[in-house]
Amino acid sequence: MSSYKHLIVAALSIGAISVSSPAALQCAPVPDSITLNQNGKLFSPFTFNHAKHIQSIKECADCHHHTTGTLVLDPNCARCHQNSSPTAVVSCKGCHSATPFSPETLAAKRADKQRYHLDKMGLKGAMHQNCIGCHNKMGNGPTGCQDCHPRTTEGAAFYSTNRKGAKPAHAEEE
Amino acid sequence: MKRRNFLKACLIGGTTIALGKTNKGWASGSFEGYPEAMGVLVDTTRCIGCRSCEAACNKEQKLPEPDTSFDDPSVFEHDRRPTSKAYTVVNRYQKEQPSGPVYRKVQCNHCNEPACLTSCFVNAYTKTKEGAVIYNSKVCVGCRNCMIACPFNVPGYDYDSATNPIVKKCILCYDTRLKYGKPPACVEICPQEALTFGHRADLIKLAHERIRATPDRYVDHVYGEKEVGGTSWLYLAPVGFDKLGFDTTLSNDPIISNVKDFLGMVPMVLSIWPALFSGIHLLAKHEEQGGHGHDTDSNQEDTKP
Ligand code: HEC
Ligand code: HEC
Ligand code: HEC
Ligand code: HEC
Ligand code: HEC
Repeated sequence: MSSYKHLIVAALSIGAISVSSPAALQCAPVPDSITLNQNGKLFSPFTFNHAKHIQSIKECADCHHHTTGTLVLDPNCARCHQNSSPTAVVSCKGCHSATPFSPETLAAKRADKQRYHLDKMGLKGAMHQNCIGCHNKMGNGPTGCQDCHPRTTEGAAFYSTNRKGAKPAHAEEE
Repeated sequence: MKRRNFLKACLIGGTTIALGKTNKGWASGSFEGYPEAMGVLVDTTRCIGCRSCEAACNKEQKLPEPDTSFDDPSVFEHDRRPTSKAYTVVNRYQKEQPSGPVYRKVQCNHCNEPACLTSCFVNAYTKTKEGAVIYNSKVCVGCRNCMIACPFNVPGYDYDSATNPIVKKCILCYDTRLKYGKPPACVEICPQEALTFGHRADLIKLAHERIRATPDRYVDHVYGEKEVGGTSWLYLAPVGFDKLGFDTTLSNDPIISNVKDFLGMVPMVLSIWPALFSGIHLLAKHEEQGGHGHDTDSNQEDTKP
């Protein structure tokens, strides 16, 4: 657990990090809107309203963990990251791999014996769990598969949507 | 298939198993699975029932178009089993609970010591070093011993190809992906990363670590770690596995070691009897349900000539 110790030492040496004022961030500028799913095949790219989310949620840590320097909220993460400092990388795709199960990623994980976080999700999983998880919990915000990103033609074929209602039995929907 | 034919097939299967057995040379109880075997950890607390895995499987394995689209939630009204046309299905449980429904993906679990393999008298099955249980459909004679032997009731029977009746099931995308180190199609598509692909040994550690880190989220059990000698597919669940349609009565011993304990051929035939009876029982049940289409299997049973 030597890397854990380093982390603690690093956190302590920085001392009190700005925990409440995101405005104090010196790193990447905070974008108002971001195009997500840019390389989508089955679903289209769409615009994520960052500013509106910040306004209604207020807590950067709901999405960014401790990486933007605000106090981490998830009790599971707070066990170790109560005093963690902001990170250089803030964008999800900078940490959550787009190919979490490729032979290369798996080999790198296996080789990195020091690492605590061996169970870090891929980008797609991190996004959907974060976004849909909160929308479900708050009972507000889109959760259906086409609510954020409409299907492409390829997506329609993939889900065999032309077969809709092909079977008359149990035809009723939600 | 007529019941009489079925009986005959089973009997032939039963006796021939006994003959074939010795050639396979399994070392009793010593096989812990290949060290480099891969697997998939299914975290049912993450699954939201979008059925993308079913769609991905259908396309990857070039299976026939489904009866109804893959975004049709009405399929959840009935429990489904994998069939020769759908190697994986998602079922819904705990619908009435305040904590919301729990979804469970079902497919071949790719046992460390597969009962299908040991029950197959033409040696159609192979457990690859990557962990997949694959089969050679060219040698399959359609005896359905594997269907009876499978503790998870997985292999599906293809009634459509009358000339070459064969058993079909999930092969972990061995031919197109696993062989090259790539994750199966269902894992790759899953938006929630409810499916985690990796070395089976690592996945077991991850699973226990998830339970340890968030004990409120899970029951303290990894299904498939020990069951029937261990399976490549592993499951985590928020409620007792029995509530999600898992068979929690299975022993930790592989199905074959029951068979191996007997020495001669005669007891071997005897050992197939319970399986045979359960086969008859299943057939009888299908006949009772005839026409109601409670599951795809009985539909198939009805539509064949
Ligand atoms: C609802 C979730 C959510 C909240 C709340 C949120 N963000 Fe973000 N933020 C995102 C997402 C998603 C991205 C895009 C990441 C990517 O492209 O991988 C992003 C991107 C950013 C980026 C750009 C990163 C880069 O390198 O491109 C910055 C900076 C940032 N956020 C800062 C903040 C700050 C500061 C707050 C709190 C005031 C905040 N965010 C609140 C979801 C959120
Ligand atoms: C048992 C202590 C522990 C817990 C609990 C923990 N972390 Fe960490 N975290 C670490 C350590 C140690 C590191 C240093 C890098 C490593 O070893 O993975 C780290 C690094 C990180 C980083 C830095 C970026 C990186 O990948 O290098 C992020 C972000 C992070 N953790 C997020 C989380 C989140 C989110 C949670 C809660 C789900 C969490 N951590 C829970 C110990 C912990
Ligand atoms: C600096 C690296 C880093 C960045 C940036 C980052 N993450 Fe993470 N994330 C981690 C680590 C490390 C974990 C911990 C994995 C674990 O549970 O052990 C984690 C965990 C998660 C989890 C699972 C949390 C849980 O409770 O299990 C989600 C969801 C997630 N991240 C979403 C996001 C989103 C969305 C963004 C962008 C807005 C993002 N992450 C940005 C490193 C990062
Ligand atoms: C911490 C809670 C939370 C998280 C995390 C979250 N959202 Fe939201 N989201 C909301 C709420 C609340 C609303 C509805 C209120 C509103 O419109 O501001 C909403 C509305 C939306 C909407 C519809 C309104 C609009 O802004 O156009 C979209 C699209 C959306 N979210 C996308 C996302 C995406 C993509 C993510 C993940 C990167 C995400 N959300 C993460 C809480 C969250
Ligand atoms: C809250 C918004 C939101 C909802 C709801 C949502 N997604 Fe996504 N989806 C995203 C984001 C953000 C990405 C981009 C992730 C990335 O960059 O890897 C994405 C990407 C994807 C991708 C990979 C890219 C592609 O187009 O091929 C798939 C597949 C996908 N989503 C499936 C689904 C399914 C199935 C559902 C319904 C269960 C769903 N999504 C619901 C936000 C959402």
